[in-house]
Amino acid sequence: MAQQEIIPHLFRTEFRKITAVLCSYFGAGAEGLSIAEDIAGETFLSALENWPYKGVPEQPVAWLYTVAKNKAINYLRRHKHFHLRIAPQLKNGDAAEEMDIDWSAENIKDSQLRMLFAVCHPALSMESQISLALRVLCGFGIDEIASALLSNKETISKRLQRAKEKLRHDAFHTDFHETAVVTQRLEAVLTTLYLLFNEGYYSESNDMVLREDLCFEAMRLTQLLLDNAVTNVPNVNALFALMCFHASRFEARKKDNGALILYHEQDDRLWNRELIQTGVQYLLQAAQGTTLSAYHLEASIAYWFTVKTNNTEKWKTVLYLYNLLLQVQYSPVSSLNRVYALAMVEGPAAGIAAAEQLRLEQNPYYFSLLGTLYQSFNIEKAKRYFDKAIVLAKTKGDKEVLQRKREQLK
Amino acid sequence: MKEYVLLFRHQDGQAVVSPEQIQAWMQQTMDWIGTIAAQNKFVSGTGLPFADAKVVHHNKMVTNGPFGEIKETLGGFIIVKADSVEEAVEFAKGCPVLQGEGNTVEVRQIAKKDGVH
Repeated sequence: MAQQEIIPHLFRTEFRKITAVLCSYFGAGAEGLSIAEDIAGETFLSALENWPYKGVPEQPVAWLYTVAKNKAINYLRRHKHFHLRIAPQLKNGDAAEEMDIDWSAENIKDSQLRMLFAVCHPALSMESQISLALRVLCGFGIDEIASALLSNKETISKRLQRAKEKLRHDAFHTDFHETAVVTQRLEAVLTTLYLLFNEGYYSESNDMVLREDLCFEAMRLTQLLLDNAVTNVPNVNALFALMCFHASRFEARKKDNGALILYHEQDDRLWNRELIQTGVQYLLQAAQGTTLSAYHLEASIAYWFTVKTNNTEKWKTVLYLYNLLLQVQYSPVSSLNRVYALAMVEGPAAGIAAAEQLRLEQNPYYFSLLGTLYQSFNIEKAKRYFDKAIVLAKTKGDKEVLQRKREQLK
Repeated sequence: MKEYVLLFRHQDGQAVVSPEQIQAWMQQTMDWIGTIAAQNKFVSGTGLPFADAKVVHHNKMVTNGPFGEIKETLGGFIIVKADSVEEAVEFAKGCPVLQGEGNTVEVRQIAKKDGVH
């Protein structure tokens, strides 16, 4: 028997497709979703019981779909009550035996998009949405979600269970022709995708592969929105551009031991030019229309960070973008970043004056910014600010980064 | 050359695992069987689905199972050719099932048709 290779991540990829498609028949309530997940999981166990001994089928994906369909039919046959309740949603008649499942690429995509809208439901907390998205939209296991979110299995299991109970049976049936409904819910969907990406990009986890997976999953799900005419709106393009610009630095920021190389230490030859180019294209797409969202501004700022020149013109533009961003969406981090840009335009003295007005004395970055700005005036004072920042930093990784910056002061 | 059956016994046959994990097991199992087959010592094998499993008791009572009463369940088996039980044991040591704590692989010789052994 020849040794055979299976496409990497095949089961993860097919898990989310099978789950989404089955939910289009069973609904996305707690019950329908759990049944769909179980059937998808059992389908892979069937493969495990067969393929190693009999060889991988010529059409592995078609094999999985047939097994999943048979399991769905068996389920309906055995659970008449469930069948009766969901019967109106079954597209083809009422007999389980006649059930046919539409595995076309189009229906898979449509089902996944509906699933995305069902999961990003305002009734669920943000952390529930992210965990549930990782499970049903990305095909991650409980263990993988727990290590990605630096949590434990029990917490994640409970969180998933509670989240599912809050999902409504009809959550799956968003009417994509009702533009108003879609627009309203799209905001929530984008927030979840943005946070999912950040979870991977800024995570404390040392598992670099898993972290990048999270980012690529967020990008893949954003791509689902771009592929649909109703949801392909400027905000979505802007968010995708932002993700491309950040993702372009994956290779450059990696160190062998899993630690991160800081932006100003990176070898920019390792930046992924192709992703930057893609980002630029989507940013141009995003510029159509009249909306100017936080994603537009963050993407524009991120674009400027892919340009490694250090002239005043660049920093003037970045400062201007931060000014706008703070008007659309205030955050302490943005206001600190704005001060850095200001210092690059008007000099460190002006930066110090602006920073001290912020009085963000609980924020480690407030002190590291002051430390950076003071280094040309008073190196001892600069070091003391970094010491304060290190004390306030919440994670080991943050403390290490600040320590390194402190050592680099000159 | 004798034939041995390698029986996979699982401590917890119903543990929920991620698709990625199942795929990793799949690849490991295929590679493991592949190494045995490459020496022309693989005869046959199969996984044993847990779904629809029944146990028939001495009074002909039938229960769903084997879950609940006994912890261990049979997950599958392969038959290999080997010169000695030691060689069969060496094959068994590579079985991915052993990564699970409490899981075992039982090595048993298959009775020869001549009835002498």
